[in-house]
Amino acid sequence: MVTCKTIISQLSDYLDDTVSAATREKIERHLRGCRRCSAVYDSTRKMLVIMGDEEVFEVPDGYGLRLHGFVDSLVSGAKSF
Amino acid sequence: MSERTNTTIDAVPASSLIQRFLHGERDVFHDLIRPYEQVYYRQAFGILRNQQDAEDAVQQAIVILFTRLDQLKDPERFRQWSMRIVQNEARALLRKRLLNSYESIDDSELHGPEGVFRRPRDFTDWRDLPSEAAERQRLRAELVKAMDTLSVSYREILILRDVEQLNMEETMEILGVSEAIVKTRLHRARLKLREALAPTFSRSQPSYWERWKGMNPWSPAKR
Repeated sequence: MVTCKTIISQLSDYLDDTVSAATREKIERHLRGCRRCSAVYDSTRKMLVIMGDEEVFEVPDGYGLRLHGFVDSLVSGAKSF
Repeated sequence: MSERTNTTIDAVPASSLIQRFLHGERDVFHDLIRPYEQVYYRQAFGILRNQQDAEDAVQQAIVILFTRLDQLKDPERFRQWSMRIVQNEARALLRKRLLNSYESIDDSELHGPEGVFRRPRDFTDWRDLPSEAAERQRLRAELVKAMDTLSVSYREILILRDVEQLNMEETMEILGVSEAIVKTRLHRARLKLREALAPTFSRSQPSYWERWKGMNPWSPAKR
């Protein structure tokens, strides 16, 4: 019998698809029958979908301009190290 | 991997730009860093949580990249090498900022026995999700806020793996840690972030998540 503890400890690897076929099968069987583990799996997966959204962690306006302005000063040798 | 670098600019290989730079064409440095500059910012911000500090750390790293490019042994690994430098500079600035603070750069949780099971506190079912733009905006803001509650070690690994979607080897190289540590830390960071977000998700509107059904966020083919 696979416990919830085992399932939760393998959740990240399962989501990353780095578990063996046998383990995946065991996890999926457990998730079908366990509402709590299935809710944790589902919510974690969805959280990661949002994290992969390009607009979540935005780069501030003008960042690129400031950075390349800085690079210009390096290129022209204006900065000393 | 579906990485978030700009692949159109990536079309000019970093190795050829590096070669030109080392032969005196210093201007190509702009093109060399362009595909990665947003990654550098998110990486530094993930560690420092402050716009000005993040930009300062990136500039510090840029100076190092600019002056030590000749030390890069394998030009194919420019991205990992440069991200490692950004990582180090951001951490160094954080240490400086924390010098007079009680907050520690180390997360005591990371020093506990690996694999200790903590049952996730909230089992709220998030299978129903929101679709309005405003709701998405709110969730994004909550996500950024929730990230702030995590330790720096957790934030940096989440940024590398789940925001920038780097693979295991690149992550290990940038952080300078083993695969086992990456895995354990990432696992704990994800569960902890999920817990921090639990109240947010339980308030979400059901329709939002409908379109994500069946989608595996780590499967590049489906992104």
